Amino acid sequence: MNSQRLAVAVLLALVAIPSAAQTTDPNLARDIAAGCANCHGTNGVSAGGMPTLAGQPKADLVKKMQDFKAGRTPATIMPQLAKGYSDEQIDLVAGWFAAQKP
Amino acid sequence: MTITPRRQFLKALGAAGLAAGPLAGCAVSPARSGPRVVIVGGGYGGATCAKYLDLWSNGKLDITLVEADAAFVSCPLSNLVIGGSKQLSDITVSYDALVKRGIKVRYDTAQAVDPIRQTVRISNQLDLPYDRLVLSPGIEILFDQVQGLGSPEAQAKILHAWKAGPQTVALRRQLEAMPDGGVFAISIPKAPYRCPPGPYERACQAAWYFKRAKPRSKVLILDGNEDVVSKKGLFMKAWNEDYKGIVEYRPNYVLTSVDAATMTAKFDIADNVKADVLNVIPPQRAGAIAAQAGVITANNRWCEVDFLSFESIKVPKIHVLGDSIQIAPLMPKSGHMANQHGKVAAAAILNAFAGMPPNPTPVINNTCYSFITDRDVVHVDSVHVYDKEKKTFQTVQGSGGLSPGPTALEGEYAFAWAKNIWSDMLA
Repeated sequence: MNSQRLAVAVLLALVAIPSAAQTTDPNLARDIAAGCANCHGTNGVSAGGMPTLAGQPKADLVKKMQDFKAGRTPATIMPQLAKGYSDEQIDLVAGWFAAQKP
Repeated sequence: MTITPRRQFLKALGAAGLAAGPLAGCAVSPARSGPRVVIVGGGYGGATCAKYLDLWSNGKLDITLVEADAAFVSCPLSNLVIGGSKQLSDITVSYDALVKRGIKVRYDTAQAVDPIRQTVRISNQLDLPYDRLVLSPGIEILFDQVQGLGSPEAQAKILHAWKAGPQTVALRRQLEAMPDGGVFAISIPKAPYRCPPGPYERACQAAWYFKRAKPRSKVLILDGNEDVVSKKGLFMKAWNEDYKGIVEYRPNYVLTSVDAATMTAKFDIADNVKADVLNVIPPQRAGAIAAQAGVITANNRWCEVDFLSFESIKVPKIHVLGDSIQIAPLMPKSGHMANQHGKVAAAAILNAFAGMPPNPTPVINNTCYSFITDRDVVHVDSVHVYDKEKKTFQTVQGSGGLSPGPTALEGEYAFAWAKNIWSDMLA
């Protein structure tokens, strides 16, 4: 049992070395975008009644979010939610949705 | 023990490595030899977590969802069934699409967790082994916190309807049977409880029904809190305008006991209240299996988690989602939030199987609609980011907010929200 524990500890230590330096998750864009899926559908493909984000040009999505964030487009929840995301996060998410199949 | 921890770990690494490989689309129906995840509870948290584990592993994980009910019944929108503008069938969704995905759905009840052997016992004495366990059991209703509510007879008469399903329909029947001029009283426990605005929305829905069908009737809100817990201005406006003369709000009504024979509610300080229909929402805690598994760590009620992974702070490899957790500041116990928990946990579990740490910078949001009438709706929303110093989620300053007032447009959005989130978790 001790040797098994040691083996696991060694493996964990090995994977922990790169992790210590890691500040950005490789799936960060996917993970942030998943937060939009509640309303806009899984992978941004709407199940109805909300705009589909999948396959939209990245520049359009960035502009829409930035217009919400700056208060240029009046709406109900999106101006409030857009203010919660940084410009970098908006850029990442827009790029991710643009690459999804609508 | 047939599989050593080391073998499990290597097996897991291998499976995760294959997930994005070129063979992903080739096999017709590959046997799922990947790491095993058992999820207890098929609500907003558990079903979402199951689906996203499957989606993001390209179907490689061996996923079992243990759910007691034959279909999902949504708590959000269930107040519309009580108001009479929707039926239970409108808020019911089957688990078939998850089964078609290859997720094993067991309509059963989890009895016990053995965190050392890493197994979950279900009711036919079968032990389901897991590499990771996700508990999303919702709430346990603490009937024993209200004297007189312990017996099945009392519970059949004084309903909570705080788990959508048969009780939702039964409460609707009670309102239908109530004579015009009757009193419907709702008792609200001290926060935190499931769905902060839910009791106030329920008051609106009952009032909407009374206004049309039995206008001499009253809705009494007996709040165990000092003030309206959620969307205060919006609800107060509705009660003082649309529902003036129907709804009465009373703060500081801390319920201590009920008498089911006389339908009387008794409070710590306030005078007794007698009602024709008495709806008591008792205090709650994390679902029973969480207590059994030993992951309840806060006030003997809620489960503290590492917010990067939703793994229990106490028991390794057990993740807890949704209403069962000890919430972060300003994080509501909502279905939308549970869905977001499910995704953060799914990503963290997949990372763990690949030998990677969880995403260090998760961001999640909440959107919560409340129906003032059958179609006019208000919302509250928020965005939450992980604060690595405080090790919790914090709302982003300047973000989030409320509706200026109820609108039919937000009513359409609320129904679209339901359609999309049910699809996001169950399709």
